Amino acid sequence: MFWLKSFKGGIHPKYHKELTNFKPIEEAEYPSKVVIPLLQHTGALCEPLVKPGDYVKVGQKIGDSNKYISAPVHASISGTVKAVEPRLCFTGAMVNSVEIESDSKKEILDGISPPKGDVISAIKEAGIVGMGGAAFPTHVKLSLPKDKKIDALIINGAECEPYLTCDHRTMLEDAYLIVYGIETAKKVLSVSNIFFGIESNKKDAIKFFRERIPGIKLVKLETKYPQGGERQLIKAVLGREVPSGGLPYEVGAVVLNVGTCAQIAKTMKTGMPVVDRVVTVTGKYLKEPKNLRVRIGTSFTELINQCGGVTKGEIKKVIAGGPMMGFAVPSLDVPVVKGTSGILVMTEEEAKVPDPESCVRCGKCVDICPQYLMPNFLGDYAENGKFDKAQKYGALDCIECGACSYVCASKRHLVQLIKLAKTEIAKK
Amino acid sequence: MSKLIVTPAPHIKDSDTVSKQMRNVFIALIPALIASVIFFGTNALVVIITTVLSSVLFEVIILKIRKKAIKKSDISSSALTGLLLAFCVSSFMPWWIMILASFIAIAVAKHAFGGLGFNIFNPALAARAFILASWPVLMTTWLAPYAAITSATPLELLKENGISADYLTMFIGNHAGSIGETSAIALLIGALYLLVTRTIDFRVPASYLITVVAMSLVMGQDIVFQLLAGGLILGAFFMATDPVTSPVTKPGRWVFGAGCGFITMIIRVWGGYPEGVCYSILIMNAVVPLLDRYLQGRIFGCKRWNVV
Ligand code: SF4
Ligand code: SF4
Repeated sequence: MFWLKSFKGGIHPKYHKELTNFKPIEEAEYPSKVVIPLLQHTGALCEPLVKPGDYVKVGQKIGDSNKYISAPVHASISGTVKAVEPRLCFTGAMVNSVEIESDSKKEILDGISPPKGDVISAIKEAGIVGMGGAAFPTHVKLSLPKDKKIDALIINGAECEPYLTCDHRTMLEDAYLIVYGIETAKKVLSVSNIFFGIESNKKDAIKFFRERIPGIKLVKLETKYPQGGERQLIKAVLGREVPSGGLPYEVGAVVLNVGTCAQIAKTMKTGMPVVDRVVTVTGKYLKEPKNLRVRIGTSFTELINQCGGVTKGEIKKVIAGGPMMGFAVPSLDVPVVKGTSGILVMTEEEAKVPDPESCVRCGKCVDICPQYLMPNFLGDYAENGKFDKAQKYGALDCIECGACSYVCASKRHLVQLIKLAKTEIAKK
Repeated sequence: MSKLIVTPAPHIKDSDTVSKQMRNVFIALIPALIASVIFFGTNALVVIITTVLSSVLFEVIILKIRKKAIKKSDISSSALTGLLLAFCVSSFMPWWIMILASFIAIAVAKHAFGGLGFNIFNPALAARAFILASWPVLMTTWLAPYAAITSATPLELLKENGISADYLTMFIGNHAGSIGETSAIALLIGALYLLVTRTIDFRVPASYLITVVAMSLVMGQDIVFQLLAGGLILGAFFMATDPVTSPVTKPGRWVFGAGCGFITMIIRVWGGYPEGVCYSILIMNAVVPLLDRYLQGRIFGCKRWNVV
């Protein structure tokens, strides 16, 4: 649609947002225990600051790292530390984690108050990471190299992953927090142009923000996946392309997710670090899909039970995140982390994956690749172990959006193959 | 609770499949099929049925020999190859030649290269080229519509006698020619269906036809005649668009179509044959690996085209 801003390529999957987009955010039940992984972000693993038997309060720092690209983690409930040991994470990996048993007192750490002084260190101390899913530490994103200036801050309200509505609801319900967060980021980055990108399928949010906030340029985006991908969003909003292998600030832009903005505001207003987040718990056969405000570390099982379980058949597959880029979890006994935007429950019929057949060179994957790659050839080279070739054909430019696997008429596992190639190239 | 299934992302897939794409092409060929039976009667039907059945049969036998699973996509693609092959020969062809031609299409042009997805040349056209070389007289003996008398195609009449056919006859298709190529209107209805359902990309037929128009202008030919004559419409919309043997990139498709148009006109006007669609597509098929390599275009965030 020519009047909407967009990027080239992309796909139009069925969105299924109607399952939860009208459901106000509810407070999830206070968990009786939480398991908090010491790695919830892109970056270095945290060292535990507590040991079994310690008493912790809500907001207390329980893990930190001295590495720059990392983010501390905090207790999300008050109670006793039961264990500090590797636990199963949503990715299937074992990650050192802190288990806390609740004392049901919800006691908040003394001395939690609005931070004074440097905003970036406050954000770092609060453990804020990108809440859209990638979980990149926000303080790193906001600290630009000295000689770099940016001229645009883009707020990402695209929420292009099917099924997810947590950002949509946050925009409707926590608008004042988002605006406060934007103001904070604006000062830190000393930037005057603010763009707020929202996909056209969230009409109420667009109307809401258009009427309410002067000084922010609202950009109506075409509803298309992956509109919320950082590079695609910058292209749609500013018409600029982040150079291959480069970062957004190189074209004068920083992108922040709406959930991240809301969290920045919460921290700046109260001093509370990241202890909870909004999670869309959904699925076609889930009895009552919901948007829940969940304490970090709550297990998937509890949340699915709070939504009434499935009405038909059996739970066969559960996705942490959205269906395009999320992970199928190996067990329901994994905790919600800072980047868990959704829990998607699938029954047998949805969980089935068709067998891949040989490529018929239809070119559909090439037509839709938002990075203008040739996923078919990248897949071939990865299959044959020709990783050098894959690199020459641009494998490292792949943003792993999965759009190619989605459209492939032969149902090839293209993005999986390309990820393999990327890992092999990185090893060299 | 039973174990959870763990698979890599994405966890949803488009409902499109290879056999659905093939089915769409079949549907698109129905109007031309009906037209051919109206004009050329049971002769045409016998050729079509023989060719389709033998193509599928060879496919199954070869897959068995190669110890490969027989999938829906294999059956539908070989049936389509058979139908297209029947469409580009005269209704005068004896059934046994068509069985041999099916063998060439499926066994030689397709499976000798590795089967569905790996063949370089369009199997139907490769087989047609083979029988044209082996039985040149049979391949150029055409039956007039509604009758058992031989006749010449409009392109032959033009080349040999300098007589141009009238547009309406050519548009409707009641003139001598290959079984499925004569009726422009029937083929165009099917082509529209393919474009609307996005089964084919418009770039190949568009650049093919545009080039034919441009070349006609340059070479002083009758544009409408050149567009309607011979196998151009069948070739541009149904043969050159074969996914396996055409480029995967958009710039590649433009060049591929243009190349087909260019060679078609060269053969038609200066070549020894009256018609050049079949050879032009086959020649361009051979160039596809080069086009894929040099015409990838620009990767996002790069200034120049990516040439490997
Ligand atoms: S190749 Fe990478 S960027 Fe392109 S569609 Fe596939 S996953 Fe997305
Ligand atoms: S979409 Fe699948 S079948 Fe088509 S070219 Fe790409 S990899 Fe091949």
